[in-house]
Amino acid sequence: MSAGDGGVLHLPGDSALHRLAPQIKLLAAFGVVLCVVATPRAAFWAFGGFALLLGALAAVARIPPGWLARRLLIELPFVVLALVLPFALGGERTEVAGLALSVPGLLAAWNILAKGTLGLFCSLTLAATTSPRELLLGLQRLRTPTTLIMISSLMLRYVGVVIGEAGRMRLARISRGDSPRFLWQANATARGVGTLFLRCYERGERVHLAMVARGWSGELPEPNEPRQVTRGQEVRNWLLGLSPAATSAVIAGVAVWTS
Amino acid sequence: MHTTPLALHMTDGLLNAPTALLFGAIALAGIGFSLVKARATLDDRTAPMAGLVAAFVFAAQMINFPVLPGVSGHLLGGALVAILVGPWVGTLCVSIVLVVQSLLFADGGLTMLGANITNMALLGTAASYLVAVALRPLARRNRSGLLVTAFLAGTINTVMASVGFLLEYWIGGAAGFSVAQAVLPMLGIHLLIGIGEGIITALTVGAVAAGRPDLIRLLRATPSSGRPTARGDTESASGTVEGRS
Repeated sequence: MSAGDGGVLHLPGDSALHRLAPQIKLLAAFGVVLCVVATPRAAFWAFGGFALLLGALAAVARIPPGWLARRLLIELPFVVLALVLPFALGGERTEVAGLALSVPGLLAAWNILAKGTLGLFCSLTLAATTSPRELLLGLQRLRTPTTLIMISSLMLRYVGVVIGEAGRMRLARISRGDSPRFLWQANATARGVGTLFLRCYERGERVHLAMVARGWSGELPEPNEPRQVTRGQEVRNWLLGLSPAATSAVIAGVAVWTS
Repeated sequence: MHTTPLALHMTDGLLNAPTALLFGAIALAGIGFSLVKARATLDDRTAPMAGLVAAFVFAAQMINFPVLPGVSGHLLGGALVAILVGPWVGTLCVSIVLVVQSLLFADGGLTMLGANITNMALLGTAASYLVAVALRPLARRNRSGLLVTAFLAGTINTVMASVGFLLEYWIGGAAGFSVAQAVLPMLGIHLLIGIGEGIITALTVGAVAAGRPDLIRLLRATPSSGRPTARGDTESASGTVEGRS
């Protein structure tokens, strides 16, 4: 995560995936990942199919492959776990490059790697094509309680401010000659966190008073979103938007059926 | 090097699909219940205050601390917010942070969102708050009592999150290793991470207690009475705002 903009993964663009309504994208993303997870691990071809599908979507959204590859590294700790499993597990053994590896271990490692990577691929595609604001709009249209939407939108609005404040506090501390190392960092860090909480809470109080001064009554004003899509277009958008999830369901269904 | 501990931010494929859906439903129910309770305690200030506390949790989670060489933990913050703003708002804040991390930062698998929320936002926060409430007489006595309470609550928070993972893995694990094989390493590593979380929680609560003891919800006479204390907060805030640079 990089600081500054809060580290949001959104890549602004104008592709079909970017323009698709966020609630459709959210449902489709959950659908695809659920199908990936439900696929039996031995159906190797199915994972190839999912990878092709997600690759095609990334190409439609014009997400640079290098950008995706670097972000897929978030998964590294799970790769380490996956690499340990073929050695750690018992059961039938097989010879790979002179090493006796456990077959269940290899399958388990494959399972974590394939599903974890495909899931992350899907999350990254969603995050790259959906801005934070659109995401909240999508969640709102999926009937998320408005209180949660309000908390989330305020959080997203202020997280950059809070992170910036934390950075300034750290800079102020270091410029006054403090350079703690190893465990001694804990004290300075925690004092910083405590101060940061106070500043956040007091900022929250000020924000609340400012909102009250502007007529806040505890309810979000009705958003008057311009509706440019007709009923027919909306149905088409839904069908098109959910087609990746439907394709995944077919792949998973066939994989379950044949194994 | 950013290494995320295992039980936190689980990736897709660690649990099978029915278990993922089951814990998704549990997470939704937990968030819904917390929402009802939070509304009852905080009135029209709920959204702005919780929004800023959630932003704080988000920022605090970016702080990594070394656990073992190559392994670093980061703050979960569940115990911290439960002590500072109460369990209901705390649960909402941690849940929202997890949802946003999963959807906007691809941190934690989409199908694991329910399980991750159950572990870190529901189980972790609930367990640490129960510990904190049980130790409230100690916490009220003096500063070191408060620090010990916060330390234990913070430690329990992380350990309980890993227990949640083991429970989920026992119900529907799909990673190949058995629960028996996982129990000791999981609990061991998370006890270490928990001690880190406990130390930071205790020092943070200590810093807040030194500056604005009135903000620590755990120490208030009746944690559920929102209105009267809320007024007090606002007044003392306007006093301190002037003092700030």
